[in-house]
Amino acid sequence: MSYLTPTFRHPDLPVNNLGYTKADYEGALSTLCAGCGHDSISGSIVRAAHELSIEPHKIAKLSGIGCSSKTPTYFLGNSHGFNSVHGRMPSVVTGAALANRDLLYMGVSGDGDTASIGMGQFAHIARRNLNMVYIVMNNGCYGLTKGQDSATADEGSASKKGDPNPFNSIDLCATALQMGATLVARSFSGDKDQLVPLIKAAISHRGFAFIDVVSPCVTFNNNPASTKSYEFVRDHAEATGTIDFVPMGKEITAEYEAGSSHEVTLHDGSSLQLHKLAETHDPLNRRSAINTIEDYRESGNILTGLIYMDESSRDLHDTLETSERALNQLGEADLCPGNDQLRKINASLR
Amino acid sequence: MKPLASVNDLVIKFANVNGTGSASANNMFAKALFRMGLPVAPKNIFPSNIQGLPTWYEVRVSEKGYLGRRGGVDIALSVNPQSMAQDIQEVEPGGYFVYDNTKPLDLRLLRDDVSIIGIPLTRICNEEYKDPRQRQLFKNVIYVGALAALLDMDFEVLTGLVEDQFKGKDRLIQPNIHALELGHDWARNHLECPLGVRVEAREGPRDSILLDGNTALGLGAIYGGATVAAWYPITPSTSVVDAFEKYCKRLRVDPETGRRNYAIVQAEDELAAIGMVIGASWNGARAFTATSGPGISLMSEFLGLAYFAEIPTVLFNVQRAGPSTGMPTRTQQSDVLSCAYASHGDTKQVLLFPSTPRECFDLGAKSLDLAERLQTPIILMTDLDLGMNDHISSPLEWDDAREFDRGKVMTAEELEAGKEFGRYLDVDGDGICYRTYPGTHATRGSFFTRGTSRDEFAIYTEKGEEYEKNMLRLMRKWDTIPEHLPAPEIIESDQDTDAAVLYYGTSEASSREALDYLADDGIYLDAMRVRAFPFSHIVREFIEKHERVYVIEQNRDAQLRTLLMTELGLAPDQLKPVLSFDGNPISARNIRKQIRRYQEGGDITPFHRENIAIRGAGDSA
Repeated sequence: MSYLTPTFRHPDLPVNNLGYTKADYEGALSTLCAGCGHDSISGSIVRAAHELSIEPHKIAKLSGIGCSSKTPTYFLGNSHGFNSVHGRMPSVVTGAALANRDLLYMGVSGDGDTASIGMGQFAHIARRNLNMVYIVMNNGCYGLTKGQDSATADEGSASKKGDPNPFNSIDLCATALQMGATLVARSFSGDKDQLVPLIKAAISHRGFAFIDVVSPCVTFNNNPASTKSYEFVRDHAEATGTIDFVPMGKEITAEYEAGSSHEVTLHDGSSLQLHKLAETHDPLNRRSAINTIEDYRESGNILTGLIYMDESSRDLHDTLETSERALNQLGEADLCPGNDQLRKINASLR
Repeated sequence: MKPLASVNDLVIKFANVNGTGSASANNMFAKALFRMGLPVAPKNIFPSNIQGLPTWYEVRVSEKGYLGRRGGVDIALSVNPQSMAQDIQEVEPGGYFVYDNTKPLDLRLLRDDVSIIGIPLTRICNEEYKDPRQRQLFKNVIYVGALAALLDMDFEVLTGLVEDQFKGKDRLIQPNIHALELGHDWARNHLECPLGVRVEAREGPRDSILLDGNTALGLGAIYGGATVAAWYPITPSTSVVDAFEKYCKRLRVDPETGRRNYAIVQAEDELAAIGMVIGASWNGARAFTATSGPGISLMSEFLGLAYFAEIPTVLFNVQRAGPSTGMPTRTQQSDVLSCAYASHGDTKQVLLFPSTPRECFDLGAKSLDLAERLQTPIILMTDLDLGMNDHISSPLEWDDAREFDRGKVMTAEELEAGKEFGRYLDVDGDGICYRTYPGTHATRGSFFTRGTSRDEFAIYTEKGEEYEKNMLRLMRKWDTIPEHLPAPEIIESDQDTDAAVLYYGTSEASSREALDYLADDGIYLDAMRVRAFPFSHIVREFIEKHERVYVIEQNRDAQLRTLLMTELGLAPDQLKPVLSFDGNPISARNIRKQIRRYQEGGDITPFHRENIAIRGAGDSA
């Protein structure tokens, strides 16, 4: 890592539709280890938000506890952030999203924070289909406490300490699918070309959008016997296909071979171009998605890309039929029924 | 044997089997007395079970207006053979035991100092009804009809109640009135009516209402502007959110769009419930959760976060008997310490202690103001007795000119004008800092909320002096909190005295009654009702003015006494515990007995285990 904050900005730095440069979406200097995959993911979040022209302060970023949960400090510095307690970000973001449906909710968590201590809340936030982006920076180990295996460490994988993990690993994409997530993707911190469009798709999706990003821990879990090392992931990652994110109103210019391309329209009018899909996999079919994950798991490879998406997803606000105006915008006149109503209630209690 | 005789002064206890529909009939009985203008206090004593176990319903009528539990039973109405032996034993000498004599009474149960009155309830039902469910349900209505004759109640009041209760389901009215008549006529034709213990209608305060504390809390949350309720079902708090939802459906749905100006989430557990409340409050909505003891334990971690990160959080704790699962359907005030110091590290939490449904409504609404004004959790401490039993209460009122107090929130305009913003910067010297809602301003006022140490501008730091400065500011805030909280109430004795009682929450009614009895005994006591923690300076001054203060509580460990000693630095000798913790609401007779024992020098015996047992022995003596 660098200990100097660069303050010089090129005057011709590209601006987005709102006139913001990418620097307006950056955060404080990272204190993670040099080469940490998490920093690349932060960079992808910055790029996606900038390119989508989202007002930086209209995003709320929330996390739990752990290395990954520290990252919201390192991106989107003009957004409110909330570093909650270990494994409990889902409940905090649920409350936040209920209070104000007009912000974009970006949740960041780790494999310990999600697959162990936070497994219960993770399952239920997926089930409620909260409208948010939920990114797990997945390195298979506990960094802050010096490298213990996490629940996503593959069976037989060994961290720097050298003991192979004896337990079955939890596949968070499979879990998210099973629990009702309406967008499920997996990517690799080192593959921004894939990750940035996935984050954009997740942002534009209405409902619970989950991205499991394999993000090697350079300090404790980047050794040859680890299945979450840079080398292993590079050698074993297989994409479902590439995707292009096309913002609303923008002409699709890329050309694809007939039959290999598939367009998906998102709630906000933007669209996804999916192409070169694996023949057996249809990302709009949940059953097919689950099968594909299992197939790859058996073969020892890592499936990346968009795994599943429900185009007609209904989020929690739809289900609860909450007011179109954000609940935190309602005042006395909307909320307080007044003394006349109370008189009627009193009368019914006599 | 001289049968008990009284007018408008009685305790009647119904012994039923749970799941048989007795609750609604018993409620009807209590409400009829209320409509006759009589001070009435019903208590539901029920098992943690759905069907088949004994359940009781105790109704007290007191001309003098005593609404706490008196202790003792004048009339037992027994339709449950399982508990009959116990039920007949509880009757006061000279009292009455009314039972279903379709089957003969076990002669071993007979008492010669109690009037035994048989009514063939099952036989009457079986002759009248063919359907088994009807037989079961109407049996309850029939005994209410019979009691109306035995106690000389206004029969028209009962029929009027049935008409009101089944408004909209009119076909149910006549069968219920018929069942009442069956019981009423049978009693009048076969028994000497009325009994020595009876009632007479009075011109009671006509504006009073009969309401349970949980419903009042749900309404308080609506009037206080709560929009997000997150909760996990747990007895005895469940009906808080039930009431919130019921009235929200009526009062908070936009008539034009049909959309809801509220969101209720049944969370996966109590941790998630309070997490959602914290998230919503952080984001500028008013939110609350309701729970009971086990939920408090689970919420502790989050309560520490809300304390340290200074996020408004409203929590209604309807206490039940602990520890652990304890007695889930019995009442206690035993979470005082675990709430006051909820969470690890140096944490302190604000507590409110309502005593009546009206106060549940008022403080329920006020807690939402307080949480935002003080930017910290507000834990409203009620209990099963207040929450789940109907109480006579003054009517609920709302000042339509009242505005929500949103506390210190910096606006986009202020930020734009260049006003300095530091989330933990104490600009007013009261320890309470300005916050911003997420999304307020494009480039100013965003900050990072965290449970880790940080500086005045919310930047992460591990510098000891910054940490200490923040913790001392939190203490400064703590010291300014009492002025925002409801003040204690003081009732001075007519006579000079160096002794006093101190009570809180649902111990109020029984304590006030016990004070009258003690005055009859020549023992005069000043009284204070504590309504909030941290304690007002008035609490300290009151205690210091007295040589002895009896602290009346419904727990084993004298928890409020401990809190008083710890927080005010008082000598243990000055505070004498008066305790009841058998799961029943504390009774006036019990309080009187314990204080008399102290006054007679009974407190100089060593503090043995047996003594604790006697002190907490409920109502048996």
